[in-house]
Amino acid sequence: MREIVYVQAINEALREEMRRDPTVFLMGEDVRIGAFGTTGGLVDEFGTERIRNTPITESGFTGAAVGAAMAGMRPIAEFLIASFMWVAMDQLVNQAAKLRYMSGGQAKLPITYRALYGVMGSAAAQHSQAPHAMFLNCPGLKMVLPATPYDVKGLLKTAIRDDDPVLFFEHGALGGLKGEVPEEEYTIPFGVADVKREGTDVTVVALGWMVHKALAAAEELAKEGISVEVIDPRTLVPLDKEAIFASVRKTGRLVTVDEGNKTGGAGSEIGMLVAEDDETFGSLKAPLRRVAAHDVPIPFSPPLEQFVIPDEGRIMAAVRAVME
Amino acid sequence: MAIEKEKLIEMYARMLTIRHFEGKLKELVFGGEVPGFVHAYAGEEAVAVGTCFALLDDDYITSTHRGHGHLIAKGADLKRMMAEIFGKSTGYNKGKGGSMHIADFGIGILGANGIVGAGLPIATGAGLAAKLRGSGQVATCFFGDGASNQGTFHESINLAAAWKLPVIYLCENNMYGEFTPAAEVVSVEDVSDRAAGYNIPGVTVDGQDVLAVYEVVQEAVKRARAGTGPSLVECKTYRYEGHVIGEEAFIGERGYRPAEEIEEWKSQRDPITLFKGKLVKQGVLTEEQASQIEAEVIAQLDEAVAYARESPMPAPEEALEDVYASL
Repeated sequence: MREIVYVQAINEALREEMRRDPTVFLMGEDVRIGAFGTTGGLVDEFGTERIRNTPITESGFTGAAVGAAMAGMRPIAEFLIASFMWVAMDQLVNQAAKLRYMSGGQAKLPITYRALYGVMGSAAAQHSQAPHAMFLNCPGLKMVLPATPYDVKGLLKTAIRDDDPVLFFEHGALGGLKGEVPEEEYTIPFGVADVKREGTDVTVVALGWMVHKALAAAEELAKEGISVEVIDPRTLVPLDKEAIFASVRKTGRLVTVDEGNKTGGAGSEIGMLVAEDDETFGSLKAPLRRVAAHDVPIPFSPPLEQFVIPDEGRIMAAVRAVME
Repeated sequence: MAIEKEKLIEMYARMLTIRHFEGKLKELVFGGEVPGFVHAYAGEEAVAVGTCFALLDDDYITSTHRGHGHLIAKGADLKRMMAEIFGKSTGYNKGKGGSMHIADFGIGILGANGIVGAGLPIATGAGLAAKLRGSGQVATCFFGDGASNQGTFHESINLAAAWKLPVIYLCENNMYGEFTPAAEVVSVEDVSDRAAGYNIPGVTVDGQDVLAVYEVVQEAVKRARAGTGPSLVECKTYRYEGHVIGEEAFIGERGYRPAEEIEEWKSQRDPITLFKGKLVKQGVLTEEQASQIEAEVIAQLDEAVAYARESPMPAPEEALEDVYASL
């Protein structure tokens, strides 16, 4: 099968969906140029009406996407960096997430909010956040954190076709990652986890960039005779709980790996879901473990940054701990 | 400007409907029948009616926490409005929104909003959709003097001006943002002056004169439909009730508006009295017709209240519905 990189897979998904549906358009800061390689060249095919450079106006374009969606369009709005979502929180949380509900189901909000998230190397705390866990407490939003070129393409196409607002998190460190992506059309449904590596001793649940850290750790641990199963939920909302439960029932052990801060993180929620499911809880052979970013903003200096973000070593240590 | 007689009478009836709707609600709030907060529109009727009568049915509006007037002016159903305000399942939003959030997507009402200034980017987006679809629709955004100090005001008007979107930014300057006089916190006397910063037309109009509002908004609509871009229209107006009905219960005797000021607006500048006087003088309306219209309005409202009272409360578990289109 042919191989393409993550950003190219995003570009293809955008192009295909814009060809397919004339109500789809893209707006954001510098989308014409495509600073990170995802939107470059689209303007040549779709023109400046549908590939719209916005001013630097996060609340403005986030809310304009809400209005455009309610008036029959299917907007894609791009946050250059996920931390900029904080600038637009009212429009994301009070408007996009709530208006369908508050209008008694009248409002349809088919919006894809794309955001480059996570650590990309010494960008400091205002350009390095993995903010997904904050939005777990905002019913009305869906959330996608793809880890591979194949997943990012199939899930982005699904996000664009979805009738709810979707936060689509694209990882800054994965842009150049190469992977198999078929030439032919495909989509990936939300709420279906992918077993990225099968194993029997410990279940590791990881998303986005952390999937790759978990896979590298699993490879090392295999040398020690520990068989790790790596589950990638791919979408945090909806979450494929059953796939996680099934894996934990098989292995009896759970380690979650999350790039967000530890307290109140995605791992906390996944762990609690496991604890609340009687059958899964009953199958546990060891306490649950969370690996996550330390509870500090992401620092600038390379050794500080590396210390804060989970790495293979911390994942391996957590897996060994639950094996004891 | 010649407006058909029927339209003038319809405008008058609509203004009267808003006035009585809010009067009725006040009774119901004090009677303990309405849950939550109600922000009454009484006193500002000429703004909503003058504006909405310059729009077509499929034109969009976004409304505010003080939105009943906008909705009635745009043609919303009184029964479903009242039922929503009562929290009933037959309400526009199935009881999930209440007074501050009524929407009717069937006639372009994209919803009232509880966040001051939040409707500005949303209306801007609706205007963008109209432009992209080439539909010829316009979007009108109602907001107050308070919202004109929010960041979304700047972001939205700049965006609409840069992109020449068909949007009318309709500022209802009622002189107070909650309990603070606009004169203390708005940097300009006329909010419309701010239009200069966006290189778009800004007009201030007497918001108690329904025909003056109608005329100015018509001009802005014409401009928007022609693809020339947005306008900022400021209507100077006044709310008769407090920020919220029953506010005395929590602000007590600490007044923030002089009694003489309220009295002066009511006695000298009441939009309904002024309009009626004009219509009677022009021979468009007789006192007898006016009484008949009022009786009809009151009867309609009684029906709406009865409908709301008789409608069932939502089943508690309905709280779990309508979060997602699919999950």
